[in-house]
Amino acid sequence: MSLAGFEVEVEQVGRNGLETEEMTLNMGPQHPSTHGVLRFVVKADGEVMREAIPDVGYLHRSIEKIAEKVGYHGFMPYTDRVDYVAAMFCNQGWAMVCEKLAGIEVPKRGEYCRVIAAEFNRIASHLLSIGTMVLDIGAITPFFHAFREREKINDLLEELCGARLTYNYMRIGGVAWDLPPGFVEKASAFLDRFEPLIDEYNDLISLNKIYVGRCANVAVISAEDAINYNLVGPNLRASGVRYDVRRDEPYSVYPEIEFDVPVGTGEIGCVGDSFARYWVRIQEIRESIKILRQCFKQMPDGPVIAKVPRKFKPPAGDAYVRVESARGDMGWYAVSDGTEYPYRCKVRTGSFAAMSIIDKVSRGLMLADLVTVIASLDIVAPEVDR
Amino acid sequence: MALINSFPEMVLTTKADQFLNWTRKSSVWWMLFGLACCAIELMQTQGPRADVDRFGAAPRASPRQSDLMVVAGTLTLKMALRTKVLYEQMPEPRYAIAMGACASCGGLFQLAYSVCDGVDKVIPVDVYVPGCPPRPEALTEGILKLQEKMMAEKWLVRQSAAAAASA
Amino acid sequence: MDAATLFERLRAQFGERVGEANLAAKDPWIIVEPAAIHEVCRYLRDDPELCFDALSNLSGVDYKDHGYIEVVYHLYSYAHRHYAVLKVRTPRENPSVASVESVWKAANWLEREIYDLLGVTFTGHPDLRRLLMPEDWIGHPLRKDFVEPDEYHGISTRRESLLR
Repeated sequence: MSLAGFEVEVEQVGRNGLETEEMTLNMGPQHPSTHGVLRFVVKADGEVMREAIPDVGYLHRSIEKIAEKVGYHGFMPYTDRVDYVAAMFCNQGWAMVCEKLAGIEVPKRGEYCRVIAAEFNRIASHLLSIGTMVLDIGAITPFFHAFREREKINDLLEELCGARLTYNYMRIGGVAWDLPPGFVEKASAFLDRFEPLIDEYNDLISLNKIYVGRCANVAVISAEDAINYNLVGPNLRASGVRYDVRRDEPYSVYPEIEFDVPVGTGEIGCVGDSFARYWVRIQEIRESIKILRQCFKQMPDGPVIAKVPRKFKPPAGDAYVRVESARGDMGWYAVSDGTEYPYRCKVRTGSFAAMSIIDKVSRGLMLADLVTVIASLDIVAPEVDR
Repeated sequence: MALINSFPEMVLTTKADQFLNWTRKSSVWWMLFGLACCAIELMQTQGPRADVDRFGAAPRASPRQSDLMVVAGTLTLKMALRTKVLYEQMPEPRYAIAMGACASCGGLFQLAYSVCDGVDKVIPVDVYVPGCPPRPEALTEGILKLQEKMMAEKWLVRQSAAAAASA
Repeated sequence: MDAATLFERLRAQFGERVGEANLAAKDPWIIVEPAAIHEVCRYLRDDPELCFDALSNLSGVDYKDHGYIEVVYHLYSYAHRHYAVLKVRTPRENPSVASVESVWKAANWLEREIYDLLGVTFTGHPDLRRLLMPEDWIGHPLRKDFVEPDEYHGISTRRESLLR
């Protein structure tokens, strides 16, 4: 069911002798479907929005300033909180930028441990993202299916590093601990059980007529707009740009691993709409499973962390690295002045740009579509506010 | 069900307050107030494995329909003012759980310039659940402790003036 | 395209408004004057061989001892898969840089964040106001000489010392 013929003009005031008024509504910061504490001031003419002005900063925890106080090693737990849903990538980004500043090379097995942890976290993050997206749209059951699988991944990662959500697993120079004995067998068994469940999930919700009707052709973002607004990750790929930091600016051991980069094809709906963004994430889960299986086969033996001094003092200078997080290319910029404390640390996250495009994209949509847009862009508040 | 058709004709006696408190503790409806990382663990507590719904706790979107406010996550100064407004919108009797280290005392963000160290600076808190983030089992224990607190409250029974003043 | 070639082209096009460059750094950077950054960025985006169509990152760094605030632009090109780093230095007393919001819309929020946290004014920005801090906040927190206020709307920010 496409939305052709449902285009509404926004300027309706005074048409046919009917006087209408514009309403200013407040959505948030406490709202079940804003994916964290985000606030929108919505100017609506009836059900159709004229503007949706975002107001952020309700979760600004000054993480970047804290980096200057706690030092390079001590900052690792804080990086988890930059994006707690996909915390391994933030860990990896910070570790990579420190390694780039100091010229440290991570041992091969350490890199493989990083990729394994990161890809499991990507699956968990996508499960949460699609679970909450369907919950926001109104279907409650698939949320529990997604969370059931997420619990299993949490168990695996808890066995690996001790924590369920904010892992603090990676260190500068490698990872904290090697894979525990029996981990590879348990993880492979989980992947074998999980892969066919994606089809079950698709039967449950993805191809459901109502769901497709809510998401297809809603908030179409063209490729030019996506690049201009610096959308990254699945949002960019859904608009047709086949770009993935893991493949195009490779880091870690991704050059040795084969995987595809799914893009939005417009089979259902069109390229760049909310359904494409959702569908790209489902495909990425499959790709992550492929990557994990290859990692388990190819992992060499050896140490998992390089020798890094306890008082880590990289030479003065600055460095910028990019990590393909679950929400896209996350850029980490660090400035060092030669002491143990970073002079400046800046994170540029995928949700920051996604939040800024919402105002443009939601003009002319209905109020219920605003929820779809926020959910499909996979915005988490801590990435926006840090 | 083994209970059907098994009791003799009898009268159950209990205290009025205990009966009221039992009904109230068995349906603690909490407001969705997930702010940060603890919100994900709050969602997992509501999820399929550590299901808090078996204790009667269901999520509500609006403060006007909820008994409990689980402050899950870091409270920034910008949000603290809104938290107070939301707490005051909840009808009495109302409770608050400070979930996680950030809501209890600021957590690891005490060095921050924009974080309010602990939600008890703006609202009265009944139960503090430590952890960063607390496991779903820990939050469930926090809700059970709150239920114990609810069972011990006195409503109908005449209390001494001192006890009533301190309640 | 490597940084040396890019530097030559920019120097040829803009002359002295493009300052020195550090081509030996890990991420080679080029200094641009604050008033010229808009033209330079528009040229970098529109030139077909350069085609820097994305502003990957925009950060502000407060160099208190040197007396300037540095705004760092990380540019990326999806078409040619190359990147560039530009730096703009502006004095700390009244920092002002030309806005590149009309070149890349991504700069809209990134520049608002730098205005909010460091106090840099971006001339030509359509909507320069605070983004992350509350509207009535006083001061720019990421500056090195920022002093935290004692309270905010009645909520005290004082805490016991964490250093024992």
